[in-house]
Amino acid sequence: MLNALLSGDLPRSRGLTLILLAILVGLAFAPFLFPGTRSLNTAATICVFIVLVASYDLLLGYTGVVSFAHTMFYGIGAYGVAIMLELWPASWGGILLGSLAGLAVSIALAFVIALFSLRVRAIFFAMVTLAVSSAFMILASQLSGLTGGEDGLSYRVPRELGPAFKLIDTEILGVKVDGRLLNYYLVFLASAGLVLLLLRFVNAPFGRVLQAIRENTFRAEAIGYRTVIYRTIAVCLSAGVASLAGSLMAIWLKYTGPDTTLSLTIMIDILLMLVIGGMGSIYGAVLGATLFILARNYLQNLMDIGASALGDLPLLPALIDPDRWLLWLGVLFILSVYFFPSGIVGRLRAGR
Amino acid sequence: MPASSHPVLETENLTIRFGGHVAVDSVSCRYESGSLTAIVGPNGAGKTTYFNMISGQLKASAGQVRLFGEDITGLSAPARTHRGIGRAFQLTNLFPNLTVLENVRLAIQSRRGLGLNLLTRASALGSLIEEAEILLDRTNLIERAGETAAALPHGGQRRLEVAVLVALEPEVLMFDEPTAGMSADEVPVILDLIREIKGDRTKTVLLVEHKMDVVRSLADRIIVLHNGALVADGPPEEVIASPIVQEAYLGVRSGHA
Repeated sequence: MLNALLSGDLPRSRGLTLILLAILVGLAFAPFLFPGTRSLNTAATICVFIVLVASYDLLLGYTGVVSFAHTMFYGIGAYGVAIMLELWPASWGGILLGSLAGLAVSIALAFVIALFSLRVRAIFFAMVTLAVSSAFMILASQLSGLTGGEDGLSYRVPRELGPAFKLIDTEILGVKVDGRLLNYYLVFLASAGLVLLLLRFVNAPFGRVLQAIRENTFRAEAIGYRTVIYRTIAVCLSAGVASLAGSLMAIWLKYTGPDTTLSLTIMIDILLMLVIGGMGSIYGAVLGATLFILARNYLQNLMDIGASALGDLPLLPALIDPDRWLLWLGVLFILSVYFFPSGIVGRLRAGR
Repeated sequence: MPASSHPVLETENLTIRFGGHVAVDSVSCRYESGSLTAIVGPNGAGKTTYFNMISGQLKASAGQVRLFGEDITGLSAPARTHRGIGRAFQLTNLFPNLTVLENVRLAIQSRRGLGLNLLTRASALGSLIEEAEILLDRTNLIERAGETAAALPHGGQRRLEVAVLVALEPEVLMFDEPTAGMSADEVPVILDLIREIKGDRTKTVLLVEHKMDVVRSLADRIIVLHNGALVADGPPEEVIASPIVQEAYLGVRSGHA
């Protein structure tokens, strides 16, 4: 049962199994384990980014294709939901239609980009995705009638997903069973389903071909695989899943803007999360996204505690002053890439 | 001409030019079913280039490649593989970080046309794995099935290369120096495999080989390429004895013969 759910791709390392279980339990019971708006927000962001990074892993880690358009597809999914909820406020139909429209546009756009650029050379594809996603970002900020421009769009989600809705009157473990909780579980379950789907893709015969293409494209052709077709499908699948992740984020945040969905900063974050977690394993995306977002959201607090604990000592408190959190985040990344060149998952699996 | 009289494979005036240099110059040759033809010639004679045009890695500048009488000159390498042209490469050309088993399994998966299956677990398709294991057993690789291809010694990688070729079940098998760089005790495994394929008398084998004893013991026929042109074609003893070969090939490379 578990084997089928994970598509036969077990963690294959005790350490990795424990960490994955901890993340799963932590996210599944986040509203009860870590009550509070901020921590629930962090948990939902982790869920969505796990999907987003895992779908990027399908491209970079499994197929060896570099794309800079991943945030564009993420944004298309988010704007799809945002625009539809602007048209039909607080409707389930708006969510469904927006997600499907985003999915369709993302896959179609990915197909066209792949068709025109994958035939040539892999580096050309990277350049084209960079150009198209930059153009898309400008388009989104200029078409303010549709997208709200730089300000983005704020909209209402169905009442059942908001804090005003009470499913049952009694509290469970001191937590109100409201729409906010339902919204979180929608994000959590959809994310879990998408990650399992990606895990199935990469462990199916199709995913094996992707790995073969990454390893040796020439040889993959010689044993009869038309690599351009496989790469194109991988690009479309990855775009589709990224788009759905964007839709989930739009539902959770009730706001969609260029900074939360389209910016190149997010693209770089995705790359970092994948490299830190480990490419080509899907599980790397789970670890990378979780660690990265936790570090970004809580490193500052941790340093604040540290700095005040050190009190009057010379230099040290200044060194870990909360204002320097970005410096330490950077140091952490450099160290992790230096010591785990194959990512945390690669390290854990090698050391079993 | 009735269809049945077509040779399995045929090249007609096959030519490739790189800039002004003619690497393969109008080579016409027919390969009959059940035959094993050795292609010999000095380094740079155009043997591998000729192979690349037959299996589709290079596009011919002129001339035709025909398989069972059908012109396949315009087809891509994967399309030719599916029509029955299988190729083992001179420089070992595997999926280095995938397991030995997976290298063979991928070839079987390709032949059965299962690559676009997105939703079945590959590990649940047991018949592919069993078939791969049988081939690994025949090539003495079964003990190392779970290791990566990169972890195999050179001779093991050469054997895996042949196992992948056989896994494709091609009509035409093209071996490009299959024993190059192998230790003396590893060579017989490969030669026995080729002999076994030849023994079936249903496949067509093309073999580029430098070792003259190997060529003598395996080939029904030898063709000689020199500066891209076909200069001799016939039964082994006859070709090896011919003055043009003595001068063009064996004279130059007597140390290797």
